[in-house]
Amino acid sequence: MKNNDTSRRDFIASSVLAGLTLAGCSTKDNPFEPDIQDQVQPSGETVKLLSVNGEVIEVDKAFLKPVPDLPTVSNEAARIGIPGKKFVMVIDLSRCKNLKKCQASCNHMHHIHPGQNWIKVYPMQEAEHTAPYWQPTTCMHCDEPPCVKVCPVDATFKRQDGIVLIDSERCVGCRFCMAACPYSTRVFNWEKLDLPKAISDKPYSCETSVPQKIGTVGKCDFCPDMVRKGDLPHCVAACPNGVFFFGDMNEDSVTNGAETFRFSELVKDKSGYRLMEDLGTKPSVYYLPPVNRNFPFEPEEQDTTQKNS
Amino acid sequence: MESIAKQKIVEDLLPQKFGKPGKIWVGILLVFCALGLFAYIRQLTKGLAVTGMRDYVSWGIYISNFVFFVAISLVGSLITAVLRLSDVHWSTPLTRIAEIIAVSAITFASIIIIVDMGRPDRFYNLFIHGRLQSPIIWDVVVITTYFFVSILLLYFPLMPDLAILLKFKEKTGAGLHKLYTFLGSFWKNTNAQIHINEKAVNILSITIIPVAFSIHTVTSWLFATTYRPGWDSTNFGAYFISGAFLVGAGGVIVAMYIFRKAYQLENYITDSHFDKMGKILVLLALLYLYFNVNEFLVPAFKMKKSEEDHLLGLFTGEFAPVFWFAITTAMIIPILILVFKKGRRPLPAFIAGILVVIGSWFKRYLIVTPTLLHPFLPMHDVPASYRHYIPTWEEWSIALGSLAGAMLIITLFARIFPIIPIQETITETEQNETK
Repeated sequence: MKNNDTSRRDFIASSVLAGLTLAGCSTKDNPFEPDIQDQVQPSGETVKLLSVNGEVIEVDKAFLKPVPDLPTVSNEAARIGIPGKKFVMVIDLSRCKNLKKCQASCNHMHHIHPGQNWIKVYPMQEAEHTAPYWQPTTCMHCDEPPCVKVCPVDATFKRQDGIVLIDSERCVGCRFCMAACPYSTRVFNWEKLDLPKAISDKPYSCETSVPQKIGTVGKCDFCPDMVRKGDLPHCVAACPNGVFFFGDMNEDSVTNGAETFRFSELVKDKSGYRLMEDLGTKPSVYYLPPVNRNFPFEPEEQDTTQKNS
Repeated sequence: MESIAKQKIVEDLLPQKFGKPGKIWVGILLVFCALGLFAYIRQLTKGLAVTGMRDYVSWGIYISNFVFFVAISLVGSLITAVLRLSDVHWSTPLTRIAEIIAVSAITFASIIIIVDMGRPDRFYNLFIHGRLQSPIIWDVVVITTYFFVSILLLYFPLMPDLAILLKFKEKTGAGLHKLYTFLGSFWKNTNAQIHINEKAVNILSITIIPVAFSIHTVTSWLFATTYRPGWDSTNFGAYFISGAFLVGAGGVIVAMYIFRKAYQLENYITDSHFDKMGKILVLLALLYLYFNVNEFLVPAFKMKKSEEDHLLGLFTGEFAPVFWFAITTAMIIPILILVFKKGRRPLPAFIAGILVVIGSWFKRYLIVTPTLLHPFLPMHDVPASYRHYIPTWEEWSIALGSLAGAMLIITLFARIFPIIPIQETITETEQNETK
């Protein structure tokens, strides 16, 4: 998904560059004019591009240059959030069968340390005779976040749009937030991550949470970079069973990509609830109880902990 | 007062060069410090991955050690301030011992907290981005204050002694003489100076009591401000402070015994001092025991589901051996020893002091770690190594190195400065004679 996206951006940006190059301005001070070193031999393979004046042109592939990712929002903007929004997630427990596609896509897109997970899928059973069920947990993005309260340096913060993020360039690694979070949602980068150079060289963005930095805390970020583009968070998009609904409380709508509901009605009709309501953390993640299930509960054949260790 | 008696006091209390045992002792401490430093360099290069801490147990023996250091440092305020302000005079020879324990412990508390940080290179963020709503910032503020007040409480009563030391250039050597000159050459022992000094010490003694209570109360709040079973307690501030006075008093008895033996101070640290400190220690142990009963019995009576795993883990589960070891060595056995007059003689009191200190260290470990192994949601989706906590050799080396470092500061201080206040001892002997 990300790859498609990157290549699309590359494609657009490159086409602009290529178009200008081909327009053939010969003045020396044209910033788009290729340097002598940049002169390349045409490969003979051509691609069709849309030029700046709206014409379809054919350009030799050799003239296309990859450009770096478009800059993400500034650090200041990332701290404020997306104006007018109040993000909310609804997790329908009756649809979850522990496929962990959410987890895999989250781990992949955020380049999380192997073995660690921002999304966990818990086998839950309240009491001996009650029914077991699978409970995926993300960061709860609490409205009264205990982690933000205790952070000594404002490295983890709550935005206007309800999202709780971490500035890994500021985090001092005291791990007080991990002790404070009752949902055990935070992980720590105990060692240097073995990331591809293209990822590790990127400047850290609070909105992508990439690349994770050694000695700092990481957690689910509700993918505000995706949301800004009008896309769904990775876990929502990755779940084949439509367990995760994401949306804006101000618009009163949540969607899993295939179905869209009024948030208030969905939570009302299906008796939605939040985890550990008694603690007063006011999570932004709502759960729909595991009734009328799509799948029976099947315990994991092999504990994932063994797989990961 | 005859000058011969005065001279004897001065001669008895002048700092002495290390003998063979002293040198061996310093050597051992240096080895531990070096090992700790080596381990810390490894940690700096490889990250906190060299520790046994992982996502669930995200605080381990570093934080236990931090709490221990903060706890033991409280004794400075107990002996110098509380006893001074209640007009108790017998504790005068112990004030400097207590104060140097306080200074060295609080120094290493600060160091160990930096060791625990994932990004010590960003320590300055605490100052440029610090937010007053975080208990960590409260801790930074009160610990820094306590450090400076303790340094002053160590330094002010030292000034008259420095003037005495300056008279013994041949004995102390040129290097130390320079240090004494730098620190105390302005002291002329005039009445005005004595008056100002006394007043300053009084003000500091009054100041340090709320500050001392704050450092350990705030340290307890690092835990009590979270929701976790075992930490979510309104009892925590008082529980921590009573435990702190206990371990500090135990530490002072141990130091008293060792200094008395090493420097032949039997005339100054007398059997009566052990007797009185022993009584204080019994009182403090009983007090701490009382808070422990509160801390464990009340939640155990209810056995709320979230507390149950944690409490059973301590009483009968995986932490039971350490738990009962800590309770018996830090409280029960010392009480049984010291409650009898014979038990308050120097040697048994010394043994009781050691038991208190060791038991208290493990008690701190039990406060920090077991709670983290019982999160609200069950431990899941983590590698097997994340489900338990076994400190690595790097962690032990750093923890032991920091303990050795604190003891090294105390040892070197006693080498450079008189560990028993000379001038105050002379003044008090004079007063006793005039009575």
